Amino acid sequence: MSHLDQSKIRNFCIVAHIDHGKSTLADRIIEETGTLTEREMQEQVLDNMDIERERGITIKSQAVRMIYKAKDGEEYTFNMIDTPGHVDFGYEVSRSLAACDGAILVVDATQGVEAQTLANVYMALDHDLDVFPVINKIDLPSAQPQEVKDEIEDVIGIEAQDAPLISAKNGIGIEDVLEAVVNKIPAPTGDAGKPLTALIFDSIYDSYRGVIVFVRVRDGVLKKGMKVRFMATGAESEVVEVGYFGPGRFIPNDELSAGDVGYFTASIKNIQDTRVGDTVTDSTSPCAEALPGYKKVMPMVYCGLYPADSAHYSDLRDALEKLQLNDASLFYEPETSQALGFGFRAGFLGLLHLEVIQERLEREYDLNLVTTAPGVVYKVHKNDGTVFDLTNPSNLPDPTEIDYMEEPMVNGEIMVTTDYVGAIMQLCQERRGKYISTDYIEQTRAILKYELPLNEIIYDFFDALKSRSRGYASFDYELKGYERSELVKLDILINREEVDALSFIVHKDGAYERGRKMCEKLKEEIPRHLFEVPIQAAVGGKIIARETVKAYRKDVLAKCYGGDITRKKKLLEKQKEGKKKMRQIGNVEVPQAAFLSVLKLDSTD
Amino acid sequence: MNNELSLYVHIPFCVRKCLYCDFLSFGDKESLMEDYFKALSKELKEGAGDYRDREVKTVFFGGGTPSLPKAEYICDILSDIKENYRLSENAEISLELNPGTASFDKMRSYKDAGFNRLSIGIQSFNDEELKKLGRIHDSATALRTYEDARRAGFDNINIDIMSALPGQSVESYLNTLSRAVKLSPEHISAYSLIIEEGTPFFDMDLDLPNEEADRDMYHKTAEMLLEHGYHRYEISNYAKDGFECRHNKVYWKRGDYLGVGLGAASLIDNVRFNNTRDLKEYLTSSDIIKRDTEELSVKAQMEEFMFLGLRLTEGIRTADFKREFGKTVFDVYDEVIDKYLLMTFLELCDEDMNITDDKEKTAYLKLSEQGLDVCNTIMADFLF
Repeated sequence: MSHLDQSKIRNFCIVAHIDHGKSTLADRIIEETGTLTEREMQEQVLDNMDIERERGITIKSQAVRMIYKAKDGEEYTFNMIDTPGHVDFGYEVSRSLAACDGAILVVDATQGVEAQTLANVYMALDHDLDVFPVINKIDLPSAQPQEVKDEIEDVIGIEAQDAPLISAKNGIGIEDVLEAVVNKIPAPTGDAGKPLTALIFDSIYDSYRGVIVFVRVRDGVLKKGMKVRFMATGAESEVVEVGYFGPGRFIPNDELSAGDVGYFTASIKNIQDTRVGDTVTDSTSPCAEALPGYKKVMPMVYCGLYPADSAHYSDLRDALEKLQLNDASLFYEPETSQALGFGFRAGFLGLLHLEVIQERLEREYDLNLVTTAPGVVYKVHKNDGTVFDLTNPSNLPDPTEIDYMEEPMVNGEIMVTTDYVGAIMQLCQERRGKYISTDYIEQTRAILKYELPLNEIIYDFFDALKSRSRGYASFDYELKGYERSELVKLDILINREEVDALSFIVHKDGAYERGRKMCEKLKEEIPRHLFEVPIQAAVGGKIIARETVKAYRKDVLAKCYGGDITRKKKLLEKQKEGKKKMRQIGNVEVPQAAFLSVLKLDSTD
Repeated sequence: MNNELSLYVHIPFCVRKCLYCDFLSFGDKESLMEDYFKALSKELKEGAGDYRDREVKTVFFGGGTPSLPKAEYICDILSDIKENYRLSENAEISLELNPGTASFDKMRSYKDAGFNRLSIGIQSFNDEELKKLGRIHDSATALRTYEDARRAGFDNINIDIMSALPGQSVESYLNTLSRAVKLSPEHISAYSLIIEEGTPFFDMDLDLPNEEADRDMYHKTAEMLLEHGYHRYEISNYAKDGFECRHNKVYWKRGDYLGVGLGAASLIDNVRFNNTRDLKEYLTSSDIIKRDTEELSVKAQMEEFMFLGLRLTEGIRTADFKREFGKTVFDVYDEVIDKYLLMTFLELCDEDMNITDDKEKTAYLKLSEQGLDVCNTIMADFLF
């Protein structure tokens, strides 16, 4: 059989701001090409993680292959790769883009260009992809397609006048999109005759088949039975199965050739051997050099992850290992806490990334977790001239040993309708933001630029932004670098015992406020005990705030006669079970939620 | 093998169900009553064979409203018991009675049949509160019922009253309590209202007294009743000397009891079981329908021994524990006991009920007064 004709292949992805309808469009494309019958079609087939469907966001990239018979009478093979929309998953986006030759940009006809739209388009252009826009939600009464087209041309600078006008939700204009894919996205330009060169853009772990590697073949052919080498690690394996992506399942095929997107398995036991971004080549006739791969990403947010039941430590370790396999941006190392026992310090790209990992660990691996307050990486300059990165507040040396500290700063861009500029400026002020500029991109919308400390935006900044702008503000940021700052460690004492897992670093001007709120929040979270439980916040051993959880005075079943005994015993058992789900700190039982809920402390509450 | 027995007879009929009630009862199903008492009589007679060697020390007719059906139904059942069981000479034979359902004549009949103790569900002397509870009587009726009972010759009477009612103030509760005391019954049960799941109250938006007021009511109850010669012997029960309810103490001390009638629960030789709760099934089945039979493991027996025994103000007798389980309560529960001794929620007492810190001399382990208020947490810790 001859290899697939490259001129009939289109590898593309869809990029968009969150909620602009990316996943819905992906569904329609799958439906329209007949890849799935309507009966098989589920809402948003590509978002196949529970969390993705519930939150309506895409976290992991998903790929699917489709056959489209175009108006020119030819059959085309489409490989569509769905990408995440959130800033925290920029790394995922970048990986997926490397497997594509072009991108569809979805813009909401009622919202226009948003911060994430820009971020994603620039990323696509960085990867030398051809981008064409489609205007979605044109059937909504508030749609302004012409204005949005103009805006795309003005703000992004790409041709938009002939952009397809569609409604992904109602299936309007989908064929125009498919035709545009054929006509506007370039065919791949690899050489099937050259040695195999394939880029790993993702991988997952399957308990039966081992690691399943997702690749984009640049040159050469990948066949069942051939011996391949992973260039970064030097590991070699024999290919067991090759195939492409059906919607929600893998479809085996004899080979993948230049220009193709698909997967292979090779009985890979050691999951560390297959690194996303690495190049796969033929062991017997290797290619000359590896593909460029990806920019290494640095975690920006750290937190402690502990099994609620310490017996599950090794389960947690195994789960993290497997998650890291298809999420190279996840970092972790073992740590111990006096309050929580053995666990891990894990690094994430942002708070949403953290929440998603936490949820995946709980759902996919059935783990019950305690998560500590996230923090950023601080640089501690000691008096002896040494500098070290502080990822866990508990490791902060005695203040007398510290010369000064630095914290990471970001350049933040907030796009907001003019009505809420005041409210958002107020918010940035509260978060120690340094005002840079305001640009009006049209009469009703502005881009605010602020320099912000990263640790001020990792907690509840997105929530605060949404609530203070009624959902109209969007936010994007990039790391700027480190700046010197007056930082202190805030400690929390429960029943006079310091809880290391609740300590965190804060700017000294915000210490009192945050300490007070932490105490208030913990007071809500910690159930009443048989005794009074004081909750205190302290900086450098000095108490700066206090709340008290009053002892309860009544916890009694007034009646218990012959017919009640079995039922009353069950009540007592339930009470005992409830206690087991909590963390014992001294003789105080602290619910696991308390360790994270203290993050949600926005001052407008 | 235990040679004593208590009998509980369930009468599942009420004029209507009160809004807080989670006991098994039906509205007024007069038509069913005849069939029900036939089935009850049959159950009593058929079951008697298993207990021939046992002396029945207490009998309790509860409900529902045992005073609702015709007196002859009730009295016939008592006759059945007397004919088929070895009823002790001085047995305590109680009947629950609700104001508004029992005439003087009815009470005379009960007395003549052999009942020697009445438990009257007065709950409150405030008409507004009674209405909110969904009770059918008012305070005047309650008073008349009590006087009728005395005239009928009952010299052992309990009055049920309730605290922490919707809209109830501490003053209003104390008023009810002092009116109860004035009547000088031999026994007073003073409950704080529990909102049970599955009752109408559970879904209602109620104006309930706060925890402070609730405890205030409870503490003042103990104070006032002590002044008037009632001692507290269980979380919610008070009696004049010699009038503690013998039947109820069987539950807390884990004596054997046989429950007859719809949904009645039994504990016989460390096996718990229940009758069916399905009225139709109860009426038509040829066999006695025993359900949910649970043979209690030694651990389960210990758990029950502790959480039931600690309801009593005297607590558990360490000698009883030793006799029952072959080891001391400290062998089994030392850690929990120490924890709560330190927090002063538990107390050790010697044979004369004086507090001691010597485990060797300990005859009783009991909850302190503060401990009684928060006993669930403590009892839960005695579960394995």
